[in-house]
Amino acid sequence: MGDYRNLWESLGMDLEKHDVLCQALPPLFDEIYLSQVDRPQGMNYFNFVIAEIHGLRVEELHTARIAGRKVFGTFCVFVPTELITACDGIAVGLCGGSQFWVPDGEKVLPRNLCPLIKASVGAKISGTCPYFQSCDLLVGETTCDGKKKAWEILNEYTPTYVMDLPQMKREKDLSNWRDEVSRFCEQVEALTEQKITSDNLRQAIHLANEKRRVLSRLYGARKADPVPISGKDALLISQIAFYDDPERFITQTDALCEELEKRIDQGTGVFPKSTPRILISGTPQAIPNWKLHHIIENSGAVIVCEETCTGTRYFENMVDEGGETVDEQMRHLADRYMGVNCACFTPNTGRVDDIVRLAKEYHADGVVHYNLPFCHNYSIEYHQVERALKQEGIPVIKVETDYGEEDSEQIRTRIEAFIEILR
Amino acid sequence: MAVLGIDIGSRTIAKVVLESGRIIESAVIDSGPNPVARALCLAGDPDCFTTVVSTGYGRHAARTALSGEIITEIKAHAIGAWESVPGCRTVLDIGGQDSKVIRLDINGNVEDFLMNDKCAAGTGRFLEVMARILNLSLTELGHKGGATTATVKINSMCTVFAESEVVSLQANGTPVEEISRALLNSVCEKVTSMVYRTGFAEPLVFTGGLARIEVLAGMIGEKLNLDVIVPPDPQIIGAFGAALHGERRGKDGT
Repeated sequence: MGDYRNLWESLGMDLEKHDVLCQALPPLFDEIYLSQVDRPQGMNYFNFVIAEIHGLRVEELHTARIAGRKVFGTFCVFVPTELITACDGIAVGLCGGSQFWVPDGEKVLPRNLCPLIKASVGAKISGTCPYFQSCDLLVGETTCDGKKKAWEILNEYTPTYVMDLPQMKREKDLSNWRDEVSRFCEQVEALTEQKITSDNLRQAIHLANEKRRVLSRLYGARKADPVPISGKDALLISQIAFYDDPERFITQTDALCEELEKRIDQGTGVFPKSTPRILISGTPQAIPNWKLHHIIENSGAVIVCEETCTGTRYFENMVDEGGETVDEQMRHLADRYMGVNCACFTPNTGRVDDIVRLAKEYHADGVVHYNLPFCHNYSIEYHQVERALKQEGIPVIKVETDYGEEDSEQIRTRIEAFIEILR
Repeated sequence: MAVLGIDIGSRTIAKVVLESGRIIESAVIDSGPNPVARALCLAGDPDCFTTVVSTGYGRHAARTALSGEIITEIKAHAIGAWESVPGCRTVLDIGGQDSKVIRLDINGNVEDFLMNDKCAAGTGRFLEVMARILNLSLTELGHKGGATTATVKINSMCTVFAESEVVSLQANGTPVEEISRALLNSVCEKVTSMVYRTGFAEPLVFTGGLARIEVLAGMIGEKLNLDVIVPPDPQIIGAFGAALHGERRGKDGT
């Protein structure tokens, strides 16, 4: 990574503490990522992005802000980033995947809380995440009680806008959500001092759809046996999608996909043919949370799909690009997001159907339901997920774990035993 | 030639040597501070065996040294229990560090399983810590607990909090028999809830170190309303299963 100390200092970061974080990531990435064999050449770009994780992109944001553009920090797949892009703003997904930030989060939050929330708040209040430091506005949503209350605390540090996501999918909820999207639109227009037009919104919707298309193409390649890319690498790309420059990301991922499709034609892959195939379902895995993928892929199985917020829930379903007027476009936009099957909704039978469908589409031999501790919505919904999968004869196991390493060996035993069943 | 199965647990290491399906040698020792070194010592010369199969918590560390195969303790217990009690459909294993429930299909294959989470509730470790406060051995704790049917309740599943509950019970003069009974009951509650969650079928086999406490097996059986079967040497079932796995692999020529 280049020298960004002046930049970080100008962002008000705690440089000393940040140095500790910067020293921890490269050995972790070496062990988990660079040690893999037969990685696609196209992964070099994503390695570079990680090597520059707190550098190049942060500098790009800095340059953009000097030019008057605004940066919006988001946490969730429900935020319609198209509105931000249309107003020439930049949306970045925010950090929250490392144990490093948890102790700082626990200074202001209860310990019995989801590690993703603790880490996000910790990243902000410790001043060690340059993305948080670069945000003009944080955009939260009401997907869980933990986040809902955490916004109030984050708002003390950076202005935080909250979108009220309905918890049911009735007609009146949909109309309420359309209204929320319009309100958010006004907020974005006010902050960026730009106006949404059908032209700039059309372009923004197209760009976001392109990102969805390329991620869909990437996931499509994972349906092959042997699988041309590891689950770890695919997860990394998904994670990077949240904060990279969208156009560059699309170009680079398309190039990678071409390579993967060649591999499929040649019948080559990163794991031998007939390696047990795993679908992950459940809660998000933010950078650098690669724990479960690493354990599974080191135990003789390969992950072929993630039914998570950092997987299919992020890119499945396009926004209808047919809208002529801003009103129509806004409605298509709201409708697409309302189609995401998150466990915060009741009922949420669509998600159970998604998991069964994905298990079949990706030829998964088994499903690992990944649950961040204290994420009750997903944890409780496991009951229905388990029942549906068992009815289909698809083995499933639930793994609940945070970012700490102390339970890795126990998880490894359970995963190995699960894979023994699949063989 | 003989096959060696070795089960390296957090509290004990068990070994079984098989020849033509018969156990010709078995042993159980404490794991001590360096389990892998102790396991290697217990294993003896690996060249004496056609196959070595390791299982348990220390299996990965032992694999390199013993240049053999590994299987998980779940599979090992399933194979060992099925051989000891043919036709069994559920295995409950309570070890030093974890407890697990394994459901088997009609051919003895693992169908589903559940392991305790990272805490010590419902494990041998829990009872061991409590026995120490009461100044008893595990066997004595079992006897004391069997000597009464009176029930006081230990409310906390957490080992640390349960410890302070035991201290308070002692302080207010509760007989040691009743405290012992309450502790066994706590383990019983925790593991039977796991059995219910896994879903179970009879016969149910109880293995691991705690299966040697007869009264606990009886309490679990009463709670589940079935007869709990304890094999003659429940502590070696994992090692036995590992050895059987090795012998079968040898026969398959794989």
